[in-house]
Amino acid sequence: MTISFNKETFRGDYSFHNSPAAIRRFPFPFDRDEYMYSVNMEPHRATGPDDSVFKRRFDVDEHYLSEMEDRAITLARDPARCQSLPHMRLAGWDLLELIMTCKAQDYPDLFQLTRDGERWRWVNRPMGLDDSFTFLDDSTLPFGPMEYITRQTQGDFAVLDQREGNLWMDAGMVTSQADWSLDFDIGMNFFEWHAPVPRAAEMGIFQRALKFLLNVQQDSPARRLNWTMTVNPRLDTSPETYPEWGPEKRSVTAENVGGRQYLRVELQSFWRLPRSNALAFPIRCYLCSLEDIVTIPKWGRRLHRVIRDLPEDLASYKGFVVNRPLIVDYLSQFDDGQPTSPGIYPD
Amino acid sequence: MTQVLRLTQKQPVSPRITRFRFEHPEGRSLPVFSGGAHVMVTMRDGEVLRRNAYSLISDPQDSSGYEIAVQREDQGRGGSNFLHEKAQPGMMLQIGAPVNLFGLNLTARKHLMIAGGVGITPFLSQLHEVVRLHAPFELHLAIRSRNELPALAIPDAAQVHVSDEGSRMNLTEILSTQPLGTHLYVCGSARMIEGVLTEASALGWPKDALHSEEFLAPAPGVPFEVNCARSDKTLTVGAHQSLLEALEAAGIDTPWLCRGGACGQCETDILACDGEIEHHDHWLDPAEHCSKIMPCVSRFRGALLTIDR
Amino acid sequence: MTISVPDTVFASRPRHAPLQARPCASALMIADEAGSAALLSLAKLAPELMPRSTILICSGSDATAAIRDLQPARLVEIGARTELPAALRGLLAEARMGLQAYIAGAEDLIDQAVAVLQTAGLPPGAIQTERRGSPARRMQCVHCKAITEGVTSDPYCCPGCSRSLYVRDHFSRRLGAYQGVCVDAETPGIVPEAQEISQ
Repeated sequence: MTISFNKETFRGDYSFHNSPAAIRRFPFPFDRDEYMYSVNMEPHRATGPDDSVFKRRFDVDEHYLSEMEDRAITLARDPARCQSLPHMRLAGWDLLELIMTCKAQDYPDLFQLTRDGERWRWVNRPMGLDDSFTFLDDSTLPFGPMEYITRQTQGDFAVLDQREGNLWMDAGMVTSQADWSLDFDIGMNFFEWHAPVPRAAEMGIFQRALKFLLNVQQDSPARRLNWTMTVNPRLDTSPETYPEWGPEKRSVTAENVGGRQYLRVELQSFWRLPRSNALAFPIRCYLCSLEDIVTIPKWGRRLHRVIRDLPEDLASYKGFVVNRPLIVDYLSQFDDGQPTSPGIYPD
Repeated sequence: MTQVLRLTQKQPVSPRITRFRFEHPEGRSLPVFSGGAHVMVTMRDGEVLRRNAYSLISDPQDSSGYEIAVQREDQGRGGSNFLHEKAQPGMMLQIGAPVNLFGLNLTARKHLMIAGGVGITPFLSQLHEVVRLHAPFELHLAIRSRNELPALAIPDAAQVHVSDEGSRMNLTEILSTQPLGTHLYVCGSARMIEGVLTEASALGWPKDALHSEEFLAPAPGVPFEVNCARSDKTLTVGAHQSLLEALEAAGIDTPWLCRGGACGQCETDILACDGEIEHHDHWLDPAEHCSKIMPCVSRFRGALLTIDR
Repeated sequence: MTISVPDTVFASRPRHAPLQARPCASALMIADEAGSAALLSLAKLAPELMPRSTILICSGSDATAAIRDLQPARLVEIGARTELPAALRGLLAEARMGLQAYIAGAEDLIDQAVAVLQTAGLPPGAIQTERRGSPARRMQCVHCKAITEGVTSDPYCCPGCSRSLYVRDHFSRRLGAYQGVCVDAETPGIVPEAQEISQ
């Protein structure tokens, strides 16, 4: 498999774009015409068409190199986007091993891992890296193990310590988040970091989700899709930089909404890490503009119905309540009232 | 995930405890694990399928094989007797993926480990981890007589208390001299765990610094009937059978992980109940006792039980 | 093999239940002037705690006499809140497991004391808090990271970056602070009228 990597930006002139193939493989998150917050967890197994984002364990796509450049820019401005409490060192090595092993197996033409006991050699062809190091020896890598590997892997990463029947956000690499701050949330437990989510608590969703996650086993990862809306293809929508991207939210008009407003989908997966018993929680972000989404007729119809009927508090939590009328007006042009087929894939 | 592994070593380490080593039949490496993890060993004993959980005692980073130490329980349901009597080197057994419900709290400033007899087993793998992390630890092992001391890799730093020799553990002193941030881990009989935890609480140790592990075996009891609403079947659970085993024997799919009332995986809703549930698990809140049952260890006594399976 | 079933604290904000006497080897009580009333109630319920207690009183001229009458094992007085972290760390240096902490007073006193105790290794389960007096909060500005003590209005002006911040209902025990977020990021210059923080 060869991937041609885009040259594009996620800030400034926002030259990010999806190829027609990238649009078709976009993980559209709605399997029916309505949405309610739920646990919606399933095994993270290879499923779907051959180029599906679910086919490989850590999906690499045309945005890889540009996303990694954007992460480097964000980290240079704010190193606190990547943090690991001292007891999470072993979990960092676990994560490095997991990602290197999976990527080398799933993309042998892009990544290679050679292990000779504790002496490892890692080749990342797209990024032009060829590094040798000693496994479990921090001094042999230019960064800590978690930072080293997540500077080369798309998506945010939370690494959760498991203790006292709870999960603790004790390490992470977070540069493309939907308005939450690792620097503030680090050290919090599952209930604490979810406190701002409306309604889920009263629905008992958190206890169910936590019970499920505490039992995720080695070699049996799980996944779910989450979504929100964002104006412009911006990865760094952190609370830290809200004064930079906040004004853009009010720049949407009836004329530009199709191109400016993006559906932002998170492919969240959950992995038991063997040595540390921690849980790795990659949050991979996919962006697709409304005008690209409506090129798939089923998605255009369905997205209109979902956004139109979403309860006000969820629209508010997901941060697009001010633009909802514009979004619904725009999408209504693409909803002819026809029924939609079940499932998330294009017809 | 379950793998079929070969029993490669079987070696008595005390009058009642035997060490077993399992390796991949083609010499492949096994998944590494974390200190305190256990594996589920599935044994086909004639007509009966036995599943017991045992703590891994080998080095968590050593992928060449898994080791467990099993104490023979003559009053038990037969799993330990099977391993002691019938299992022989060369035999193939199903071994589940390592699961950890008794992990070290890596934020601890110090690890205080208290073991009673064969309860030393989960600490043996944890000690490898503690040493590797250079974390301070203190280990106490309480045994009745000197010949019960198993020939296992117990570190020199361990303090062994032999009650026959009058060197009983002074729990109050041990618990009163620990620096802030110490976490206490205890593994042994139900009575011992209860004793240590009660003393620690009385001395002001908060719950979040206390950790215990007791593998519950399903308690025998009076046979009972159960209606399974979703699969539309009525089953009889035998005196020496667990509800989970009866469900499995009837082909009713029920998820499970620890089979010891601790992981929550087999939690099942009660739809109707005229009688008394005998809850034996460590999982459910008292508030959930009228609405849920853990089929791996809990039983029922009464006129009618309908569950959502 | 026990998993403690998670308790049902959903919000990240701390709960402030009335202080209750718990079994302990030793006790550390921390209060300001308003909070010392909570210690007096506790002492009434459990006088046996006092010979095992160290009490730290923060700028509480009037309250100290009544506290002294309780005859704690040790009484430490500090003048200003800024001395609290150092004074606490000093008291904790030789502490052992079995210590139970009781904190009573203003919201921001509690938050700061809890953060110091946890950093010293005391598990959260050994810490009880009861708010008395001011609801003033410690706030961290998510933009410039400045921590502001004694915030009583929402929005407030960040002394670090001069932005107007609204108080997000999101609390970090590690920092002992709530999160402050720019209130007019989307509509620069349009700042709602400040409201008194009442709870």
